[in-house]
Amino acid sequence: MWPAEFEYARPSTVAEALQLLADNEDAKLLAGGHSLLPAMKLRLNEAPLLIDISRIEGLGSISNNGLLKIGALCTHAEIAASADVQSSCNALATATGMVGDQQVRNWGTLGGNVAHADPASDPPTVLVAFNANINIEGASGSRSVAASDFFMDLFTVDLEPGEIITSVDIPAHPHEGCAYVKMPHPASRYAVVGICVVLHRDGDSYSGAHVAVGGATVRAMRSPGAEAALRGSSLDDDTLDAAAAALKDDIANDLIGDMSFPEAYRQEMAGVYLKRAVKAAGG
Amino acid sequence: MAVVGKAVKRKEDPRLITGEARYLEDIYLHGMTHIAILRSPHAHANIVSINSERAAAVPGVIGVFTGQDFMDVNPLPCPWPAGGVDNNLNTPRALEVEKVTHVGAGVAVVVAEDRATAQDAVELVDVEWEVLPAVTDAEEATFDGAPQLHENAPNNVCMEWDCGDQGGTDAALAASDVVVRQRLRNQRLIPTPMETRGCIAQHEAVNGEYTIWMTSQAPHVHRLLFTAFIFGVPENKVRVISPQIGGGFGAKIFMYPEYVLTTALSKKVGRPVKWVETRSENYIATTHGRDHVTDVEVGANRDGTITGLKVRTYANLGGTLSTVAPGIPTTLYGRMLSGAYKLPNIYCHVTGVYTNTGMVDAYRGAGRPEATYVVERAVDLVASELGLDPVDVRRKNFVPADSFPYEPSDNLLNGLSYDSGNYDKALDMALEMTGYEDFRAEQAAARAEGRLLGIGLSTYIEICGIAPSAWMFGEGWGAALWESANVRMHITGDVVVTSGSQSHGQGHETSIAQLVADELGVSMDQVHVQHSDTLGTPFGYGTYGSRSTAVGGVAVWRSLQRIKEKARAIAAHEFEADVEDVEYVVNDEGVGIVQVKGAPDKSKVVGEFMGIATSAAGGWDLPGDMEPFLDETAYYDPPDCTYPFGTHICIVEVDAETGNVEIKRYIAVDDVGKVINPMIVDGQVHGGIAQGVAQALWEGAQYDENGQLISGSMMDYAIPRADLLPSFELGRTETPSPNNPLGVKGAGETGTIAATPAVVNAVVDALSHLNVRHIDMPLTPSRVWETIQSRSNGGNS
Repeated sequence: MWPAEFEYARPSTVAEALQLLADNEDAKLLAGGHSLLPAMKLRLNEAPLLIDISRIEGLGSISNNGLLKIGALCTHAEIAASADVQSSCNALATATGMVGDQQVRNWGTLGGNVAHADPASDPPTVLVAFNANINIEGASGSRSVAASDFFMDLFTVDLEPGEIITSVDIPAHPHEGCAYVKMPHPASRYAVVGICVVLHRDGDSYSGAHVAVGGATVRAMRSPGAEAALRGSSLDDDTLDAAAAALKDDIANDLIGDMSFPEAYRQEMAGVYLKRAVKAAGG
Repeated sequence: MAVVGKAVKRKEDPRLITGEARYLEDIYLHGMTHIAILRSPHAHANIVSINSERAAAVPGVIGVFTGQDFMDVNPLPCPWPAGGVDNNLNTPRALEVEKVTHVGAGVAVVVAEDRATAQDAVELVDVEWEVLPAVTDAEEATFDGAPQLHENAPNNVCMEWDCGDQGGTDAALAASDVVVRQRLRNQRLIPTPMETRGCIAQHEAVNGEYTIWMTSQAPHVHRLLFTAFIFGVPENKVRVISPQIGGGFGAKIFMYPEYVLTTALSKKVGRPVKWVETRSENYIATTHGRDHVTDVEVGANRDGTITGLKVRTYANLGGTLSTVAPGIPTTLYGRMLSGAYKLPNIYCHVTGVYTNTGMVDAYRGAGRPEATYVVERAVDLVASELGLDPVDVRRKNFVPADSFPYEPSDNLLNGLSYDSGNYDKALDMALEMTGYEDFRAEQAAARAEGRLLGIGLSTYIEICGIAPSAWMFGEGWGAALWESANVRMHITGDVVVTSGSQSHGQGHETSIAQLVADELGVSMDQVHVQHSDTLGTPFGYGTYGSRSTAVGGVAVWRSLQRIKEKARAIAAHEFEADVEDVEYVVNDEGVGIVQVKGAPDKSKVVGEFMGIATSAAGGWDLPGDMEPFLDETAYYDPPDCTYPFGTHICIVEVDAETGNVEIKRYIAVDDVGKVINPMIVDGQVHGGIAQGVAQALWEGAQYDENGQLISGSMMDYAIPRADLLPSFELGRTETPSPNNPLGVKGAGETGTIAATPAVVNAVVDALSHLNVRHIDMPLTPSRVWETIQSRSNGGNS
C-alpha cells in the first residue's frame, strides 16, 4: 500500500491548474482522492505529478436559480444533504447518499466521481436521467457536454488530458416524482444494477418518463425503449412488464458481469429494479 | 459479591477504546529496516532465474536476497502429519527456490531503509518464469492427466485418511428404507482479521539471541517451531512477543515463511527487520479455510430413524502444507460426523489434495463447521425425503440426555466420549423463543401470497478444549496440548497470573481475573493477567479450538488451590492452630480470609498489605521449612475434550424477484457449560454467527482456471456487515462439563460451527415447495434466483 513516488502541486485557481496540466504530461488531478489514491497505492495507477485542485475557490458550491449548479468539488455528503438538490433532483441526493460510507462521502467529490466513470457508481445514472451537463474548462476555453454523451465506456469519458471539470448543471426539470434504486454488491456496495426514473404526469396518465440504468452496463445510459413504453400510460402492470422488457433489450449489448453477478442476471435485475424505481418515484 | 457468571466489563477495553493499545505496526526500533517481498504472480511455475541488480542499485536498498540465500534455514515444519503425510511433506521455505505452487509464494526480498523504497525496488527484481499449467479444484487435481505439483505426491494426493466402519455402513445403507445422496461444496473462505500479519525481528550478534515480535495466537508454539525445527537453536535463544493482536480466527496460529524470512534477515543484515502484511498480501499469502467437496449418503427408515452416514470428502490443502493443515479435515472433521445424533453406522474417507492455491488450514471452527454442515444438511435432506418435520427427525435421533458420557459408534472418536448434554432442552428453548408452530402458519400464509419465508435449524455439537495430549499424539499431532499457569500473590496482596494462553480478542485478562477474584477473595482490580511473551510466561500451546478456559483456565484454578493450601498453612502457624482446623473462605463482601473454624477472632485477610500474602512474601515467620511467597505453578492436561452444543434457528425471506436472502430473525441457544462472563460469551457468539452467516450467504474465495485469486480484495470478497444482520436473539442452557473442575466447555467457535447450516437450511426450506433440495454456498442472489427460475420453469432436483 505504498504508491510510487510522485510530485505534488496545489494551484489556487483553475487557470493555474490548467497551466500545470499543460506543462506536465501524464499529470493527474487530485480532488477527494477516493478513486485515484487507492489505485495508486495498489500500483494500478501512477502519476509523475498530482495536481491537488481541492482548495481552488469557487468549485465547491451549490446554487439553484432554476438551473441546479453543483460545483465539481462538492462532496457526496454535501450534495446528499443539500436542500436545493433534495427539492429539484432528489434522486441525486439519494444516489450520492449511497456512495461508499460516510468517510468516503465526506471526501469524494462529484467532479472526481464523474471523471472516474466507474460503471457501478451511483451518481452518473442520475445525471444521465436528468439530462445533466458536465461543464469543462480547458486551454482553449470552456465547453459543456451532455451527461449521456460524456459517459462513453468503462472508465472512459469525453474529457481531454488538459481539461478540468468545473461543475455539473442540472436543468430545471419539473417532475411528478423521481427515484434512484439499486441492488448493492455485498462486498463493494457499488451498484450491481442501479436505476433512475423521473416521471412526468399529465392528468391521469404519465406523459413521459426518463429512465437511466447503471451498474449492469459499461456506462450510465438512457433506455429509449423503456421510456417509450411508459409514455402516456397509467403505469399499470402490463406497461411495467413491457418497459422492463424494453430496458433489457436496450442494454443487451452493453452488459457487464463478475463472478457473483453474471451479465444475464444483471440484465434481468435491471427489469426488476425498473419496476421498483417507478414505484419508488410514486408511479 | 461473586463475579464469576457476571457481565463484568473487560479490563482490556480502556486501552483498546482509547487507541493506546500497541499493535505490531505501532512498534518501531532504533535502526529498524523494512522489507518488501516479491511474490509469484503465477500459480504454478519454475523459477528459471532471478536478477536483482537493478533493485540492489536503488538508493536506500540494503540488500536483495533470494531463496538460495536461506538454504541453511530448514523448511517450515508440519507438526500434525495426519494420514501419513510425512511420506510427501511439501512445506514452504523462507523463500521458494526452484518452483512455486501458488500465487503469492515469496521468491525474493528487498531490505531497505524504509517501506516505500523496499516496495519501489522489489518491482525492479527480474524473474524469468517457466509457467506451468495449474489446477485449483481438489477433486480434479486427483484425475489422471492433471498438472502435478510435487514429485512425491502422485495425482497430487497428500494423504488418505478414514474413520468409522465402511463395511457396516454400506450394509446399513443397503438395508435402509431410503438413502439420500447429495454433493455438498463447503467453499474456501478467507479469514480476514481486522489486523493483517506482521513480524519484527531483532538479532543480538554478541549472544546469538533473537527477539521476535509477531502477530501470534500461540507465541510458545512459534518459539518451539523456530528453535527446534527451523533454526536448530535452544529455547533461550528465541524470545517471542505477541503484542496486542487484532483478531486471528486461527490464521495467526501458524508458522509462515515471512516470519522465518524476517527473523533470518535480522541476523543477515545485523539490524532489526520489520514486515507488515498488506491486505492484498493477506488475501493471497495468509491461510484460507474450509474448501471441501463432499459426497454424503445418509440412510434412514420411514419413521425418520437415521441408519447410517457415509461421507467422502476431497479436502483442498493448497500448493504447500501449512502448519497443522492435515489435522483439520481429518481428526477435527471426520471424528465430529456423528453430530448430536446416535448414529449406528458411520464411515468417512478423506483425500487431502495439493492444488495451485493458497495454503488451507484452521479457520474459526476448523473442521467442525465442515462436519456440522454435512450432518445438519443430511438431517434436513432426510426430513425432506420422508416428508417429516426437521424438528422431529432431530429429536428422534438425538443422543438422549441420560446417555452421557456417550461414545459415538464405530470408534468414531477414537476412544473419547461426549461429556454431557441435554440436546432436547436447548432445542425446546430455541423453539419456544422462535414460536415455531406460529411461524409454520405464518409461512403457509405468506406462501399463498407469493412470499418466500423459510426456517432452518442447526442442532449442533462441537469439540472444544482440544487437548488430551496422549489422544492427540495418537491422532498424529507431534506435540502435547496441556496448558500451564503461574499465580503469584505479591507483598501488597495483588495477584499476578501468567499464562501460556494468549488473547487476541477473547478477553482472557477479564475472565481469568474473574476466576481468581472469586477463588482467592480479592477484587478484580487486584488481579493482573499477563500473557503473550515467552519470557515471563510459562509454556502453553496457545489459543485456538476454544480451549483457553477449559484447559488454560483449569491450570490457573489448580495454581489457586495450591496458593490457598499454603495460605492456610501459614495462618495455622500464626494462630498456633492445626492446619486442618483452618479454613480459607470468601466472605459476603468477597474478601478472602483464613480463619480458625469456630473461632471468628482468629482470622486474617489474605489479599491485602499485612495480610497473609505479606506474611508469605516477607517470610519472617513461616512454619518449618516452608519457602517464602505465595507462588504456584500448575499444569493441566485434561482427560477428554469438552462438547458444547445448542440449537440455532434462522428465519429468512427470499425475494422471489431477485433471489436476495434477508435474515429476518436469528435465534441461538448455546450451551457452553458453565459461563464465567456472559457478556464475553455473547460477544463470541455474535461474531461467530456473523461469520457463519457470511459463509452461507456472501463469502467465497474464487480462483480462476489459471490459479489467480479473483476474489483478491474487499471489493470482491464480501465479509459480513452489521446492517445485513438482525439483532440476534440469544438464549442459554448450562450443562457443566464433568471433565474439568470449572465445568466450562468453550465458547469461541459456536457461531461459525452452528450458523452456516441453519441459514442454508432456512433458504432451502423457503424454496421447498419448488422441489428445491439443496443450493451450494454462498447463496448469492444470482444463485438463488437461478434456482428459482429453473424450478419455476418445470425443472426439478
